[in-house]
Amino acid sequence: MSLKIRHLLGLEGVDADDISLILDTAISFKEVLSRSIPKVPTLRGVTIVNLFYEPSTRTRISFELAEKRLSADTVNFSASGSSASKGESLKDTVWNIEAMKIDMVVIRHSAPGSPHYLAETCESTIINAGDGAHEHPTQGLLDMFTMREKYGRLEGLKVVIVGDIKHSRVARSNIWGLLTMGAEVSVCGPPTLIPVEMEKFGVKVYDDLDEALMGADVVNILRIQKERQKSGLLPSMREYSRYYGITKDRLKNLNDNFTIMHPGPMNRGVEISSEVAEAPYSVILPQVTNGVAVRMALLYLLSARRGRVNEE
Amino acid sequence: MKNDITQINGKIVDPLTGYVGKATIHISGGKIKKVDKRPKSISSGKKSLNLDDLLICPGFIDMHVHLREPGREDEETIMSGSEAAAAGGFTSIACMPNTEPPLDTVGSIEYVNDRSMVAPIKVYPVGSITVGQKGERLVEMQEMAACGAVAFSDDGYGVQNNDIMRRALEYAKSCDVPLISHCEYSDLAAEGVMNESFISSQLGMKGIPTVAEELMVAREIMLAEYTKGRVHIAHVSTAGAVELVRRAKRAKINVTAEATPHHFTLTDDEVKSFNTNLKINPPIRGKKDVEAVRKGLKDGTIDAIATDHAPHSVEEKEFEFDYAPFGAIGLETAVGLLVTELIENKILDWPTAVNRLSTAPAVILGIPGGSFEIGAPADFTIIDPYLEWEVNPDDFKSLSRNTPFAGRKLTGKTVMTIVDGNVVYSML
Repeated sequence: MSLKIRHLLGLEGVDADDISLILDTAISFKEVLSRSIPKVPTLRGVTIVNLFYEPSTRTRISFELAEKRLSADTVNFSASGSSASKGESLKDTVWNIEAMKIDMVVIRHSAPGSPHYLAETCESTIINAGDGAHEHPTQGLLDMFTMREKYGRLEGLKVVIVGDIKHSRVARSNIWGLLTMGAEVSVCGPPTLIPVEMEKFGVKVYDDLDEALMGADVVNILRIQKERQKSGLLPSMREYSRYYGITKDRLKNLNDNFTIMHPGPMNRGVEISSEVAEAPYSVILPQVTNGVAVRMALLYLLSARRGRVNEE
Repeated sequence: MKNDITQINGKIVDPLTGYVGKATIHISGGKIKKVDKRPKSISSGKKSLNLDDLLICPGFIDMHVHLREPGREDEETIMSGSEAAAAGGFTSIACMPNTEPPLDTVGSIEYVNDRSMVAPIKVYPVGSITVGQKGERLVEMQEMAACGAVAFSDDGYGVQNNDIMRRALEYAKSCDVPLISHCEYSDLAAEGVMNESFISSQLGMKGIPTVAEELMVAREIMLAEYTKGRVHIAHVSTAGAVELVRRAKRAKINVTAEATPHHFTLTDDEVKSFNTNLKINPPIRGKKDVEAVRKGLKDGTIDAIATDHAPHSVEEKEFEFDYAPFGAIGLETAVGLLVTELIENKILDWPTAVNRLSTAPAVILGIPGGSFEIGAPADFTIIDPYLEWEVNPDDFKSLSRNTPFAGRKLTGKTVMTIVDGNVVYSML
């Protein structure tokens, strides 16, 4: 089995076979991570550049670990701001790096479409590690992996994504992936943080949290940024927290065996209470572990697509 | 001036009478002397042209062009823009004032006049409404109009301050020129880069809502009514804006409007390609907006077609979509899009189409042209309505290449352009 996709630019348009293949493959890589020497030679000789135009801690570390556990050679490139402000175009930066003979680029950028542009202009395999508010497909994959690990399926699961949907690439990637895999997805947040024509994604839209959580299996809670208050989208963080913060007493309408997820970093006491974050039904840390396994699976499968793996 | 041609045979499209048929046009001193609808056969020679079944239209006038001189001569000069206009079939253009520095003084209007003396076509400068296009203080409109400014506009931006716009409309009455309004409230448009719609929601891009345009269109209409001033709405792009203009005209308010080929052709779902040549202001809108713009052109709510030709360098358009500048060039694709999108789809008949591109802009700007009347300038756009061609930016006379239509197959092309009886462009 091999992937149909050549790059991972987003989960929109990626079919169920490809998603299943990545999630299935991640199971065996998760096993690798629990070994005493959690490393395999699969990507020996493969060079991967992590190109981060936006500050990131966990995604960058997760990719880097995944690459190292697969024995790939990795180089990190961090730059702040856009290429426009830096003077060198994104194309020139990547062409320069590519001239040093590399195989893959993992890119995080504030502008939607940056990975797509690279995929069109470069030879390397491109992985989107977050492009503005557009997509964060590996987060979507690891969230789905985590759900599937617990429930054994994605089809028919009722997933509610709560918070700042408008600015969230995590929400978009989760929506596309989950819908493809047959889950039911709802979003909930204040109307100013829901993008226009949201229903057209094929999701239900709520502004009332209790109503949204009725009968749900999974609640995926998004980080709320304080800037939203400054830019006039929210009256106050206090009101946001009272109406959309997930505390223990909001959980009563959920199905038995429900799950709480958060892509991190958390604002404890704002969108999620510490009590909820640390309860046994929360899988926030398993999400992080699974992130490495899922990224290993993806790197492996995309490398195989290039004929660049060591089958040992 | 040579005023070479003295007679032309061909199929004329008369926007005033609706006549489409054979005629001989007699020219003297660069002006139309006579149009004979029972033509005698002539053969092409030094002073005569026999164009058979090619369409002869009164010279097209593009009332919305950005030349980048002074300031960004790497993107377009008055000369290169004029050559692009001639190749596209435009015999007159009005150039917008958002140059560096902006056209906000008598001196800058004279500069454009001087620089365009040797241009193959007629260039009419538009002055800015406010000094530096900052929206704060009016320019010296009367003197600038006396020097040749045919309209005033802060195009590129909407005039955000309501009181300044009111005063501008009042003051411009003294010059008998229109104010051309780029309608967009910048607080509502915020940092938007594309139309706000399901597509922007999908792409996670900041959207420019239709209401950012419509609210200012409504303001201009109300202010025009209140001041009895004259306003022209630039590049109408939304269904709501078309309807506002329609109602205003019904109420006899002194408002005119234009639409661009890209707004009557493209929809925002194309932005999913992240092609920065689709980053245009006002943005490419949704399907119902495109349909409304087409309907507005058909019923006359929208008077004119203008290109909003906005050259940008390849380097700048290679930025990420968020950071690329707004604008697309349009002079050399307008006729092809007109024929392919509006004529072949039976939205406009030829006389109406020619009206939108010649008579209407001439009347709005108060400049010569737009008819076959005796004494009118011998400015003609000659079109082969059946010529099939593919848009190749490398063929453009424009110094820039930022067209969203590269590779598109079009029907209909300008094959010759005549200004004051001189052939200034010909591919025959």
